[in-house]
Amino acid sequence: MMTSAEATPLLQVRGIEKRYGARIGCTGVDFDLYPGEVMGIVGESGSGKSTLLNCLAGHLAPDAGQVVFDTRADGPVDTVAMSEPERRMLGRTDWAFVHQHARDGLRMSVSAGGNIGERLMAVGARHYGDIREQAVDWLGRVEISETRVDDRPSAFSGGMQQRLQIARNLVTGPRLVFMDEPTGGLDVSVQARLLDLLRGLVREMGLSALIVTHDLAVVRLLADRLMVMKDGHVVETGLTDQVLDDPQHGYTQLLVSSVLQV
Amino acid sequence: MSDYNFAYLDEQTKRMIRRAILKGLAVPGYQVPFASREMPMPYGWGTGGVQVSAAVLTPQDRFKVIDQGADDTTNAVSIRKFFERTAGVDTTEDTRCASVIQTRHRIPEAPLSADQILVYQVPIPEPLRFLEPRETETRKMHSLQEYGLMHVKLYEDISRHGAIATSYAYPVQVADRYVMDPSPIPKFDNPKLDMAAIQLFGAGREQRIYAVPPHTKVVSLDFDDYPFDPSKADHACALCGADDSYLDEVIVDDAGGRMFMCSDTDYCRTRRDAGHVGTAEEAA
Repeated sequence: MMTSAEATPLLQVRGIEKRYGARIGCTGVDFDLYPGEVMGIVGESGSGKSTLLNCLAGHLAPDAGQVVFDTRADGPVDTVAMSEPERRMLGRTDWAFVHQHARDGLRMSVSAGGNIGERLMAVGARHYGDIREQAVDWLGRVEISETRVDDRPSAFSGGMQQRLQIARNLVTGPRLVFMDEPTGGLDVSVQARLLDLLRGLVREMGLSALIVTHDLAVVRLLADRLMVMKDGHVVETGLTDQVLDDPQHGYTQLLVSSVLQV
Repeated sequence: MSDYNFAYLDEQTKRMIRRAILKGLAVPGYQVPFASREMPMPYGWGTGGVQVSAAVLTPQDRFKVIDQGADDTTNAVSIRKFFERTAGVDTTEDTRCASVIQTRHRIPEAPLSADQILVYQVPIPEPLRFLEPRETETRKMHSLQEYGLMHVKLYEDISRHGAIATSYAYPVQVADRYVMDPSPIPKFDNPKLDMAAIQLFGAGREQRIYAVPPHTKVVSLDFDDYPFDPSKADHACALCGADDSYLDEVIVDDAGGRMFMCSDTDYCRTRRDAGHVGTAEEAA
């Protein structure tokens, strides 16, 4: 991955900490994410991966730290200190969030076309024909038949719902995508297709992405860099292949050796 | 039982409601919470409208109640009798003579003037309710003016029916700020919302009051390529021949016979008194 010295990081995370009372959600997280880079965050359940992701995406307020995002208009801005309307605006333009369960990210009572069009209408699109055209275009890009544009997501399979959620998030051309276990709960062949699709979209649109997962195969395929978390702390970071092939920390060694070999 | 306080409610309650009304007028389209009282009628029968009427009535007022445009339906008759008994105000069926008009689901056809108040009965004041069930979230959407979701509803209408099929409670944006549910009036009435009279909206069960001050810009939401269309039945009134009023379809026999007539009974009677006749009268 090209990270030339003069490039500004898209996202600079400094000292993020979130506590739930006396318990630590995550603490002391620092990293930079450069444009076009995909970073994986792995760790076991309860290691603070999702807490961290929600803090970064503005869904949770961190107790300490900065999340500096390189906005299109004003350059680097700390999104934690930003006003709520600005953060929500960012959340539907430059940011996207893909939930583990498609039901959390979709409106189940609204047709596929309406789901994709929502972000467009939220930023001011008021021409039905244009919105629909974009919806159909995006359905095609995530390999859903155009004939399903007026069907509700409840009539879709799990894999299709997840692809629809991705289309709905990417329609406004975001620069940073947060993904929380995007392939969780899908069977392996559907997972493979989804990963293929995601890899294509990320490369084609030059997206930066943060992917939280416990599935090492997902990060092996998608992520340039890897961050391993345990008990709210980052225990190891590095290039994905480097971390997976030559794990240094005891926990990472355990994690890598726990993968079942078929 | 003639010892009611004027207009049923006690003075403190009326003060509280008047404060909510003033706030509503100051922030057009904003839903002001108020401590709705239990009224001697079931929710859904106009408890919100009755409380607003009680708060604005004075002994000199002349009061009119309409229900779906008619003065003589159960709901209209019982609310009119309620205020005759508890406030002792004069009542009328003539739109032009009334100073306070309480309405359910219609705006009178005759234009209203600056010295009149129109009080609406509102079942569900939140226009975003069926799209976003969380009250905390809808409040945030209002305060941040995030109204994209309202267009998702209109999008769904077009994709399913080929046109915006919402025909009543059609969402409007008031004074370029708040999106408001104009209560279940037909969308035919939406253009009349920009009027000379004060408009007050009361939702008793949901405990909200909102208002549109006189001559306030009220825009019905639409798409550039699917503009707002205030449609009505394509007929003239069978009784008075009016072709500019909102019509009710009435089944007249068991053989599928039907006729269209003005839903505003006062408007229809005024026209007939002035000598206008419709097709039904001509045939007779």
